[in-house]
Amino acid sequence: MAFVERTLERDLALRRRYRKERFMMGLVALGTGLAFLILFLVLAYALAQGASALNLDFFLKDMRPPGETGGGLRQAIVGTLIVDGLGLLIALPFGLAAGILLAEYPDHPVNPYLRLLSDTLNGMPAILFGLLAFILIVKPMGGFSGLSGAFALGFLMIPILARSTEGVLSLVPKEIREAGLALGLPRWRVILSLVLPTARAGIITGVLLAFARAAGEAAPLLFTAFGSPLLELNPLKPMDTLPLRLFAFAISPYEDWHRQAWAAGLVLFALITLTSLLARWASRRRF
Amino acid sequence: MKQLYTHFGDRIFAWALLLLALGVVVLAVLMAYELYQGGSLALKRFGLLQFALGKEWDPVIQKSFGAWPYILGTILVSLSALFLSFFPALAAAIFAAEYAPRWLAQIINFLLDLMAAVPSVVYGLWGIFVLAPWIRDQVQLPFYMWAAEHAPWLLPLLGVPTGYGLMTAVLILASMIIPFTAALARDAIALVPKEHREAAYALGATRWEVMRMAILPLARGGVIAGAFLALARAVGETMAVTMVIGNSHKLPYTLFGGAATMPSVIANEFTEAVEDLHLSALIAVGFLLFWVSMAVNFAAAYILRRQERLVKGVL
Repeated sequence: MAFVERTLERDLALRRRYRKERFMMGLVALGTGLAFLILFLVLAYALAQGASALNLDFFLKDMRPPGETGGGLRQAIVGTLIVDGLGLLIALPFGLAAGILLAEYPDHPVNPYLRLLSDTLNGMPAILFGLLAFILIVKPMGGFSGLSGAFALGFLMIPILARSTEGVLSLVPKEIREAGLALGLPRWRVILSLVLPTARAGIITGVLLAFARAAGEAAPLLFTAFGSPLLELNPLKPMDTLPLRLFAFAISPYEDWHRQAWAAGLVLFALITLTSLLARWASRRRF
Repeated sequence: MKQLYTHFGDRIFAWALLLLALGVVVLAVLMAYELYQGGSLALKRFGLLQFALGKEWDPVIQKSFGAWPYILGTILVSLSALFLSFFPALAAAIFAAEYAPRWLAQIINFLLDLMAAVPSVVYGLWGIFVLAPWIRDQVQLPFYMWAAEHAPWLLPLLGVPTGYGLMTAVLILASMIIPFTAALARDAIALVPKEHREAAYALGATRWEVMRMAILPLARGGVIAGAFLALARAVGETMAVTMVIGNSHKLPYTLFGGAATMPSVIANEFTEAVEDLHLSALIAVGFLLFWVSMAVNFAAAYILRRQERLVKGVL
């Protein structure tokens, strides 16, 4: 009898454990669903609301004054590309150099500090980069400008570029460097002619991702690029960008501007997704 | 290796690299210095402690600036968002790393990337037009009606039912920071050596027991570091929070009520600040924000380093 009882007991314990297993699996599935709930809702609404305001005018015309319907956001789309592009140009030399130093000179004395500061700056609130650009550029220049916005975004991109470049370079096989050194090439030639070309696809991916990240930022541009209702090509003047315009439209009282805000969100989202997809595609391809 | 550096071209190259790379260091130092310098007018006027703990922010009449409402707002919003997001994020990480079939795991990873890439103004837009009205009509108003009838003393605590306030901001923020916790947790779980799982399975553990006893203890550092990174994001998130939090100067005393955070007050008032003292006070808020983020990020980096060493030690 004792044997039967023991078996029964063990059976019950096992059943309890399996019940718990099923319960926890259910919780994990539920939690996973919850994690994406708001993302789905946001994307669904953006598609539903924004699609109606998307037409050719949206890309080819500047915005209309308050109260008037129609018009588009050409000035914001062009501005996004200019401010973000300039920012990338500013960030590229610093970010790449830091990445190369971290990966190719692993025992350089500044590396631990460089790595720690890159990580910390990576997590810094974007608006602080805007404050810095305001103090360094807007104030001395005496006014808001696309260029100061580009500096704000550039500051933001430097640590991202540094870490992604380091990551990609550390994947380049050691043998490639050894082969170059064995041929008697100096180290700088090895890096420039062998290591960087090998890692080119990955570096381009990092650059595109940094670009995409900065393209969605509004906070650092509020008091640097500032925004402008008309197409502006001179970076010394205030410029519009999509996130800035979206923000201004969202807090406005006009129905038509709300629709355009959703459309701006959709275009911005498409721009960022396309850039990320391009980045993925680049990382698979060899150039 | 030493002698390779002595090649003339190499020296020039290494120095040029160093010079450019120091841009990162200069950027960090410049940020700390300029924010201090820019905020020094307000900081000297009130003193750091009084500025940080002062409850009055009145740029117009009294011209007194105390940042405590915003500091408290930041703490409340970011910690609540972290608390709300932690378990869904961990669940998504566990699901993606262990339970889901490959194709589903790839979709989850893609969604996490997507979630991190959606600009915060878009989340804010959704908050203004969908979440805030929903919270007003479905949560606040019924609650308000009930309180008006049964417990009138509750009314001041509930605030004005506008839909904008701490709760709305927390919900959106929680969703926005999920990918940061989830991505690091997922990577940490994936790094746990296979032998650990196999040993636990061989002892007859169920899948959940393997997760809890063999995998999570080893991945703990990565999970915590992810939570810290998410916290850093939450502390600094500006646009989405500014758009839905109600932007009140008063101390936040209820979950429904309006509040403001350190980034949101900068975003809101910076272009309107005409007086030097007001501008300086806003930059001083930025200075405090800088050190808070610095601390949270340092903690994350420290935990992550230790985690890496731990896993390497096990292998």
